[in-house]
Amino acid sequence: MLELEGVAHRFGRLGPLDLRVAEGETLAVLGPSGAGKTTLLRLLLGLLAPDRGVVRFRGEDVRALEPAALRRRIGYVVQGGGLFPHLTAGQNVTLVARWLRWPEQRIARRLDELLHLARLPEVALQQYPAQLSGGQAQRVGLLRALMLDPEVLLLDEPLGALDPVTRFDLQGDLRTAFEQLRKTVVLVTHDLGEAAFFAHRIALLHEGRIAQEGTFEELARAPADPYVARFIHAQRAPLERLR
Amino acid sequence: MILALLAVVQIGSKAFTESVIVAEMAAQLARSAGVETVHRRELGGSRILWEALLRREIDSYPEYTGTLAQELLPGRGDLRERVAAKGVVMSRSLGFSDSYAIGMQRRTAERLGIRTLEDLARHPEVRLGFSNEFMDRKDGWPALRAAYRLPQRNVRGLEHDVAVRALAGGAIDATDLYTTDAEIAAYDLVALEDVRRFFPDYEAVLLWRNDLPADAAAALRRLEGRISAREMIEMNARVKLRREPEAVVAADFLASALGVRGAARIEGRARRIAARTVEHLELVALSLAAAMIVAVPLGIAAARRPRAGQLLLGVVGLVQTIPSLALLVFMIPLLGIGARPAIAALFLYSLLPIVRNTAAGLSGIPPEIRDSAEALGLPRLARLRLIELPIASPSILAGIQTAAVIDVGTATLGALIGAGGYGQPILTGIRLADLGLILEGAVPAAVLALLAQALFELLGRAVVPRGLRL
Repeated sequence: MLELEGVAHRFGRLGPLDLRVAEGETLAVLGPSGAGKTTLLRLLLGLLAPDRGVVRFRGEDVRALEPAALRRRIGYVVQGGGLFPHLTAGQNVTLVARWLRWPEQRIARRLDELLHLARLPEVALQQYPAQLSGGQAQRVGLLRALMLDPEVLLLDEPLGALDPVTRFDLQGDLRTAFEQLRKTVVLVTHDLGEAAFFAHRIALLHEGRIAQEGTFEELARAPADPYVARFIHAQRAPLERLR
Repeated sequence: MILALLAVVQIGSKAFTESVIVAEMAAQLARSAGVETVHRRELGGSRILWEALLRREIDSYPEYTGTLAQELLPGRGDLRERVAAKGVVMSRSLGFSDSYAIGMQRRTAERLGIRTLEDLARHPEVRLGFSNEFMDRKDGWPALRAAYRLPQRNVRGLEHDVAVRALAGGAIDATDLYTTDAEIAAYDLVALEDVRRFFPDYEAVLLWRNDLPADAAAALRRLEGRISAREMIEMNARVKLRREPEAVVAADFLASALGVRGAARIEGRARRIAARTVEHLELVALSLAAAMIVAVPLGIAAARRPRAGQLLLGVVGLVQTIPSLALLVFMIPLLGIGARPAIAALFLYSLLPIVRNTAAGLSGIPPEIRDSAEALGLPRLARLRLIELPIASPSILAGIQTAAVIDVGTATLGALIGAGGYGQPILTGIRLADLGLILEGAVPAAVLALLAQALFELLGRAVVPRGLRL
């Protein structure tokens, strides 16, 4: 579905690296800040062009695709939701659909489905981003990304800025949503637990390269190098100390 | 409004009392002969009036032969023919000469024993203050200093009427006077004798374009030889010392000397303020509208290409550093006098705040918002219209508001180049030392600035999306 082949970006300090995401798969790109996770997402969206290598979407070089059209096939959610402050939550979600002149009926139907999926109260749609809680804003950001029913969903630290309780609730809801949607998902996070919770497969990024790729169990059982071992240990140890 | 003026004869005057009175007489005479005439008052100095005449922006104005011969058309040969070569007719002398003279308070002159300009050369401690025009004219201070080897170095440039008042008040010891100045008698001044005959004759004449309708030209010629120096001094005194309107003084003279009646146009204060308000609003509104049309796209471009944007901001910033008076005068060779050059200058001044605030508003949008917008698959123009400009709108609006307030204030200077507006009563008020007249311009200008401020606050509520005001 998504494929990076020998991709490098100098200023994003990424690569060269190879990565494949299969259709319907949830891949977590894991790594500390500065590892190049966000650069990777921006390359997939075509917001950045690689200095070297090829990015493919369903086998096609993304440079050959019309950028705006490509992006409408991909949903993108940033940390905090990235909501447009001058529009209500509802307007944020339906902005592109209206720009594409979807009929009102179709918009309403789609909104209904999404509200249900994201467990967002309908009144929240009348609110401006400044009036929403962090968790609500994140949910609205997700709805906005899903409005056009994209083939792929990219999430950049979707739970990063939330308090633990909200985070816990949203984690559960997100996983349910992913399971129902059966979409291809790439999730960027620095949190091992989150990666393990959501993803079928984890790619651990270190200084712009993929240090290891595999399931959580594979990474934990047989770390490919000392960095992977340390990264996993550092995140598991605090919990184990409590026991 | 500008178009409406084209159909009628326009008589200009320089920014001093005598010129305004004579031009008012000319205008009333032409009107009494059935020629639709307007008097464009106090357009500026000799150079501005002369250029305006050559450019057909005015049809006639009062001038002095000495100014023509020395300053405007230096050269040899008969002055009347030299003027005619420019397509301009010069009347015969109106009957009086208004020479330059250097004047002092009688007390000071007698105490120092100064009677002539040669005596002045022996008193380097004498403080000189000259009208700005006299400071720069070829036949002015530099030539006078050379002719009499004057040693004074502490020389200040002032507005003419301010200089005379400064002299009377003792702030300066000597200034350039016109020999018909009413203040000579009123303040007990003496004119120092020009023993070397440095100052040429300044016979008062009327100039008009040679294509002026014959009935109008005939009307203007009726002033030839009719005004004596004594009468002119008396009229200057009535206006400057007794605060009578120029139009009334001119009308009285025409009635007694020529038997012409009733063509004075005296506006009440309310009508006058209303007319000035219309002129002022026209200057501000047109310049601001043009600046918005140009500056917002420039600001968008500057935000998109930060490096070129820096250069652009540097250039419009540079314009801002040009003193407003200088910028106005730079516009005259390009656009003549009146509202157009003033609007152009105000337009240039308005660019910086709008360009800067547009660029700042757009580049201030957080990167995650920008990325989200781009990732949604909206094309560039749609992003600009639906997301970026609305989010930047408070900043853009603040820039326009700043420009509007600057414009309202700076537009008062437009009166210096014949653009009218609230600057006109201020200018006249300075000339006549009439505080009421100064306030008649200054108060409405301040009120208008506050109104502009308030208007944009209201506009902000209407234009800035509600979500940004939470």
